[in-house]
Amino acid sequence: MSAARPVVVVDYGRGNLFSVSQAVAHVGGEPRLTSEPDAVRRAERVILPGVGAFGDAMAGLRERGLEDAVKTFAAAGRPLLGLCLGMQLLLDESSEFGRHAGLGLIPGRVERLPAPPRAGRDKIPNVGWCRLEPTPGGAPWADSIFAGVKPGDFAYFVHSYTAQPADPRHRLADIRFAGLAVAAAIARGSVAGCQFHPEKSGEVGLAILDTFINRA
Amino acid sequence: MPAARVIARLDVKGPNLVKGIRLEGLRVIGDPRTFARRYYAEGADEILYVDIVASLYGRNSILEVVRRTAGDVFVPMTVAGGLRSVVDVREALRSGADKVAINTAAVANPELIRVVSEAFGSQCMVVDIQTKKIGPDRWEAYTDNGRERTGLDALEWAQRAVSLGAGELLITSVDREGTQKGMDLDFLRRVTTLVEVPVIACGGVGTPEHARQAIVEGGADAVAVASVLHYGRHTIGEIKAHLAQAEVPVRVSA
Repeated sequence: MSAARPVVVVDYGRGNLFSVSQAVAHVGGEPRLTSEPDAVRRAERVILPGVGAFGDAMAGLRERGLEDAVKTFAAAGRPLLGLCLGMQLLLDESSEFGRHAGLGLIPGRVERLPAPPRAGRDKIPNVGWCRLEPTPGGAPWADSIFAGVKPGDFAYFVHSYTAQPADPRHRLADIRFAGLAVAAAIARGSVAGCQFHPEKSGEVGLAILDTFINRA
Repeated sequence: MPAARVIARLDVKGPNLVKGIRLEGLRVIGDPRTFARRYYAEGADEILYVDIVASLYGRNSILEVVRRTAGDVFVPMTVAGGLRSVVDVREALRSGADKVAINTAAVANPELIRVVSEAFGSQCMVVDIQTKKIGPDRWEAYTDNGRERTGLDALEWAQRAVSLGAGELLITSVDREGTQKGMDLDFLRRVTTLVEVPVIACGGVGTPEHARQAIVEGGADAVAVASVLHYGRHTIGEIKAHLAQAEVPVRVSA
């Protein structure tokens, strides 16, 4: 059996990394939680998790010298996966509680989810299992972190804001919300992000982590 | 629109999965982790762990069960029973829980709902409301697994909990719990009309049709199921197949 592949999970003091670590280990990775910028720069693979508010998360990264470390890591072309808020941080900026600059690794912005019609069942925050569909004109799933996902598979979401990449080719998958397609996953080169929680999305989520860790 | 959820509810006493009727007369069923794994494999959308003694004796071995379950169950987990403070909630979330459900401590100190939802987000603050019908169109909220009256009108309390920041309500009918005779649709209809947040209906599911009724007629976003699963009368798959047939959107693998 081959050795477990190390996966650096960035710990910037915002949120619980236990479930992410468990899922990484389950698919054969070796999770290494770290707040050390050098450990991030030297990593083979990095997961950037996150819950909470955008501006606060960026402050958490910056305080620890991790903003620059993640950018340097990504610039080297090694695989980076942002999860939930960690996915939103990949973009240029967010309008959550004011304007906040992001990591700028994928061009685009983060905006509040479109207002759902009052009579409908869509609500903000959008919490629950939603169906993943390929983005029309978006990045192909083959050779992406979605290589093991089938259109129509479900993933578990908890979010009030949504990533809007400037270039539709940087969109991998969408869900329907308030009658519109909103980004479920984004990708540009070796950088990818999931709005949902793969560590809580059953076998579909595990397949994504498996692809990221063992094949990408 | 998110899919309607089928949640496996596991009542835990110490290291054991237990089940009673109307929250009384407990029987030991087995190792909760074995059952949680089975329900995960069968397609449970969420696992709800309820520490049924913590509220009375202040024990909290349930977090060890949660931590171990998180090693091979990869759907959201909710922990209920005996959580009294932000410190308790943080500990539950660090153990792999995604949400907490609070009843007794929220009734005693409603501000706890606001504090928890501000600290961790309203999506992880579930308020657990145990109801008993006390008259035509009147329901009272209970605590301690249906043992203690609160004097609170259950519908008013539901509204107040949401206004304080509850992101979800877990509605357990004490009258129906463990009976497998169907859910309290009257109360569900009232509460789901009144509040905007998702409602989990719990107590009384004996057949897949009861789950459909709670969602389609009661307006619930999720059903929590216990006895019928534990005793092998129905599987999560059968319940979901029945919902899908009734055109209720459910998570199935594509």
